[in-house]
Amino acid sequence: MAAGAGSVKAVRRRRYGVEIASLFVLVVIWQLAADNLVGNAFILPSFTEVMASFYTLQGDMLHDIQISLMHFGIGMAAGIGVGVPFGVAMGWFRTIDRIFDPIIEIVRPIPPIAWIPFAIIWIGLTHTSAGFIVFIGAVFPILINTHAGFKNVSKVLIETAMVLGCTKNYDLIRKVALPSAVPDIATGIRIAMGVAWMCVVAAEMFGMTSGLGYNIWHWKDLHRMDHVMAYMILLGFISLSIDRAFRCLVERRLSGWRKGIVAGS
Amino acid sequence: MLTVSNISRVFESETGEVEALRNINLAVRDKEFLCFIGPSGCGKTTLLRIIAGLDQPTSGEVLLDSKKITSPDSERGMVFQEYSLFPWRRIIDNVSFGMELKGVPKHERYETARKFLKMVGLDAFERSYPYELSGGMRQRAAIARALANDPKVLLMDEPFGSVDAQTRNILQGELLRIWNETRKTVLFITHSIDEAMYLADRVVVLSARPGQIREIIEIGLDRPRVRTSVEVNVIRERLLGLLMEERTRGCGETVCWTGLELGSD
Repeated sequence: MAAGAGSVKAVRRRRYGVEIASLFVLVVIWQLAADNLVGNAFILPSFTEVMASFYTLQGDMLHDIQISLMHFGIGMAAGIGVGVPFGVAMGWFRTIDRIFDPIIEIVRPIPPIAWIPFAIIWIGLTHTSAGFIVFIGAVFPILINTHAGFKNVSKVLIETAMVLGCTKNYDLIRKVALPSAVPDIATGIRIAMGVAWMCVVAAEMFGMTSGLGYNIWHWKDLHRMDHVMAYMILLGFISLSIDRAFRCLVERRLSGWRKGIVAGS
Repeated sequence: MLTVSNISRVFESETGEVEALRNINLAVRDKEFLCFIGPSGCGKTTLLRIIAGLDQPTSGEVLLDSKKITSPDSERGMVFQEYSLFPWRRIIDNVSFGMELKGVPKHERYETARKFLKMVGLDAFERSYPYELSGGMRQRAAIARALANDPKVLLMDEPFGSVDAQTRNILQGELLRIWNETRKTVLFITHSIDEAMYLADRVVVLSARPGQIREIIEIGLDRPRVRTSVEVNVIRERLLGLLMEERTRGCGETVCWTGLELGSD
């Protein structure tokens, strides 16, 4: 028994061995390159310097994470709040689709960052303003995917529901189309979160006095590229955690009836 | 009593008009098991969809207990050839779908659902999701779902068309038992003469497009029928002859190669 358990553990350790080694080698190369090849912390701060930055900045970082997550939260909440209902309405009612589709097709290709001047003029240099940019980035992937999910609802399922007495639009949407579109909506939200996080950084660089994005710009101005790098790594890790947490949540919710439905991995 | 009077259905398409059904007149007795058979594309499914209320006739009307049918409702249950269980619902929640819409309390609808799941032999699978069930089991669950809604008429559009031959024979036997227990009027579309011979009180033979009633054959044999008995084979031979004629007649059209067992209409 003991031997068996031990060998299982060994297998598990071996499974992650390559990945860990890969990261380790990357760090070593980075450190050696920064120290010996570049030798200039302004151009390439070394691994140890960046780690030191994390240590120095940890108090600020905690605060900045909160601010950035707030911008992210405002934008994502608004994006879901607008994107899902519009996607549902456009996916279900042909006329609504025809009314809004041309507008969306024209507005959608405008990069969210291009909205920053108007966001500042309309809403000022506020958290809402940063949230607005995030919203612009998040709303379209959610809307488009919800719309697609509703378009793809199987005709047989709709007709089945109808012969079972489910004939009102409201019931058909609630009981058939929406649950059937949940995997698509989840995919939309997941794509939106990636875009939204980029928008957080951009919005904070331009108009904020705190947040992770702001600090990247701020420390660049002070020529502290080790701090810049630390914030970059932090941004990456937070984005990764949000994505993983969301996938975990959604997959647990959906795995009952469909496996591995959230696109990509 | 279900009365089909003077039903015609013409479909408009880009290439012109297609006449699917012409002057269908039919009186279905209460608690009768009626099978429809005919060459591919003869409008069997269209007729069933009109009776369900999912399609509207170009002229004529369908009366159920002297009430005109205009839209789907829970008086006529339908089982489709395609798998039509809601994949996000457990089997028991699939079966109680119709009752849920009517606002039947949960414990009550589960009780009814369990009764019908037991009837189709799926009582052990009430907590499963559809993807965990085999094709035959899914169709059984779909039958239980249609019955749990307590319709007057059960419409079945080649429900066993996509299960293998052995399972198909078993399901036919079970369907007869269930029909005996519940005594619903059953309208059953099939491509298989064997299936019609085994199940039906009467067999309606439809002509090649435009679908018209070619002949209604009273089977008049006691059940359970022996598939290979002389009496069965005599009627089978007659049905085969009728269908061959219709198939040849239909050969001027586009569907001549589809034969009896292939394709669906």
